[in-house]
Amino acid sequence: MSQNTDDALIKAKNLTKKYRDFTAVDSINFGISNGECFGLLGPNGAGKTTTIKMIQCVLPLTAGALMVAGMDVTKRSREIKAMIGIAPQEDNLDPDFTVVYNLVVYARYFDIPKTESLARAGQLLKFMQLEEKRDVLIGNLSSGMKRRVILMRALINQPQILILDEPTTGLDPQARHLIWDKIKRLKKQGVTIVLTTHYMEEAAHLCDRMLIMDNGKIIEEGNPETLVKKHVGEEVLEVAYDEKVMDYLKSSFPEAKLEIVNDRIQVFSSQPRGLFTEILDKFSFKGAILRNANLEDTFLKLTGRRLRE
Amino acid sequence: MNEKAYVISIFNLPKLSYRMWLVWRRNFDVFMKTYLVNFIPPLVEPLFYLVGLGYGLGGFVQPQEGLRYIAFIAPALVAVSMMYSSFFECTYASFIRMYYQKTFNAIIATPVNLEEVIAGEILWGATKSFINSSIMLVVVLIFGLITSPLFLLIPPLSFLIGILFASIAMCFTAIIPNIDSFNYPSFLYITPMFILSGTFFTITGLPQPIQIFAKIFFPLTHAVALSRALALGRINSSLLFNLGWILIAAPVFFIAAINLMKRRLIK
Ligand SMILES: Nc1ncnc2c1ncn2[C@@H]1O[C@H](COP(=O)(O)OP(=O)(O)OP(=O)(O)O)[C@@H](O)[C@H]1O
Ligand SMILES: [Mg+2]
Repeated sequence: MSQNTDDALIKAKNLTKKYRDFTAVDSINFGISNGECFGLLGPNGAGKTTTIKMIQCVLPLTAGALMVAGMDVTKRSREIKAMIGIAPQEDNLDPDFTVVYNLVVYARYFDIPKTESLARAGQLLKFMQLEEKRDVLIGNLSSGMKRRVILMRALINQPQILILDEPTTGLDPQARHLIWDKIKRLKKQGVTIVLTTHYMEEAAHLCDRMLIMDNGKIIEEGNPETLVKKHVGEEVLEVAYDEKVMDYLKSSFPEAKLEIVNDRIQVFSSQPRGLFTEILDKFSFKGAILRNANLEDTFLKLTGRRLRE
Repeated sequence: MNEKAYVISIFNLPKLSYRMWLVWRRNFDVFMKTYLVNFIPPLVEPLFYLVGLGYGLGGFVQPQEGLRYIAFIAPALVAVSMMYSSFFECTYASFIRMYYQKTFNAIIATPVNLEEVIAGEILWGATKSFINSSIMLVVVLIFGLITSPLFLLIPPLSFLIGILFASIAMCFTAIIPNIDSFNYPSFLYITPMFILSGTFFTITGLPQPIQIFAKIFFPLTHAVALSRALALGRINSSLLFNLGWILIAAPVFFIAAINLMKRRLIK
């Protein structure tokens, strides 16, 4: 988990991407170490997918440098692509083929012979619990099953780097846990994982390190737990919205940050536990809870609550 | 980029490897999954033309170039099937794969590059030309409308002609905004070419400017001339011009198609 980017497996230096005049990725620097699970977080349009597409050598850089395994993405795209497995955000499975044939045809692009790809497909189908859909056309799968097939396809070339762009969007909890489990196993095997997600729980659960992007820039970077502690603290107090409580909080604790979310007041303060007991004493009402601060609090604090267009 | 550099960049030599055949193979596999369905239309359509135009209309038409009307149009219909099959493969079908199915996006994430994807698509379009025109050729043969063993050169020629039409098609695919826009090249280019390329009447019957226009802008003119000459064994020196035109145009459009597609897809 080195912050030192010199020995990084993926290394970006002043990486920039412009679509005409619009800057989607704005001179960012980061390093991803061999064997870590690295999260790319950020609101819609932050530039996550754009960054990923540059790593996988399908989108030219506008400026800056990007190296993968010591190779320049602008010069050695074939070798880099051969070592990457990608589960893209969009569904681009081949609707003309069945599940297993999608895997076989995709493997062929990596020069993997059919006997080998069939064997690998068999294992992956088993792991993803999709064996009974082996010979079903892609169009006849549910969207969650398609996500699972996309993940299988990303693994068919036994990649050293696995890039997952929102791998669990649209999955049921069972499938999500299945995929988390698989990701953790792959990490143990030494696969480097780059993950984007909008589920903070997922990011906190899986990522060793992450960076949070907004408007093409990196706004924070680090280990999930450290980030939460740094920006939100240990605990958050939540109280049902009430004007009396609100007034009381405002006057007594000017240092506390108050947010009204869904008819609840969230109190971010350096000493919430003290607050909590005090409020209970004063108003003696139910529905107040003290919970652990989490990555979602951190994310919202750093990127604001405004919706992205 | 200034204008001159822009034009030159359309003719940059693409980086191709055997991997373009992997893309070809994907399309071939899809085709073979439903090959029975795929073989029927190219078999049935020419029968309508042959019977309807050859026998029906043929009764009213004076012999063309000393041939019964049906024998005159039969080799031309073989050339027409080369044009239609490769042109429509690399317009509508390629556009669907590119835009709706995102197949190209999926493939370029592997060691196959975009140039090879486009080249593979064009080679597949050429293969469709080969398959469909060969089916047509067999039909024409059964009707007894072929009089020279040189007809055996038509299938390899159909691949070359297929590359040309598939490449022209791919150039349109690279520049049209949406799938409905294919109406423009279809109705304004392919349909007049179908009629005015010496298919249903000799080109020499047309006004001189139209003849010249057809020879310059309608590859089908050359395809029909070659197909007819080989089917009937009527070899003459003007065929060199026809073949030369295709041999030059095919690689030019092939390279242009790849570069125009790169411009469309690489942002
Ligand atoms: N091909 C393109 N042409 C023009 N602008 C683009 C293109 N692709 C992306 N953008 C813009 O670049 C910005 C970043 O997009 P990107 O897809 O990288 O966001 P993201 O962080 O992946 O968002 P999401 O969470 O919604 O997937 C957006 O404002 C988007 O509109
Ligand atoms: Mg995205």
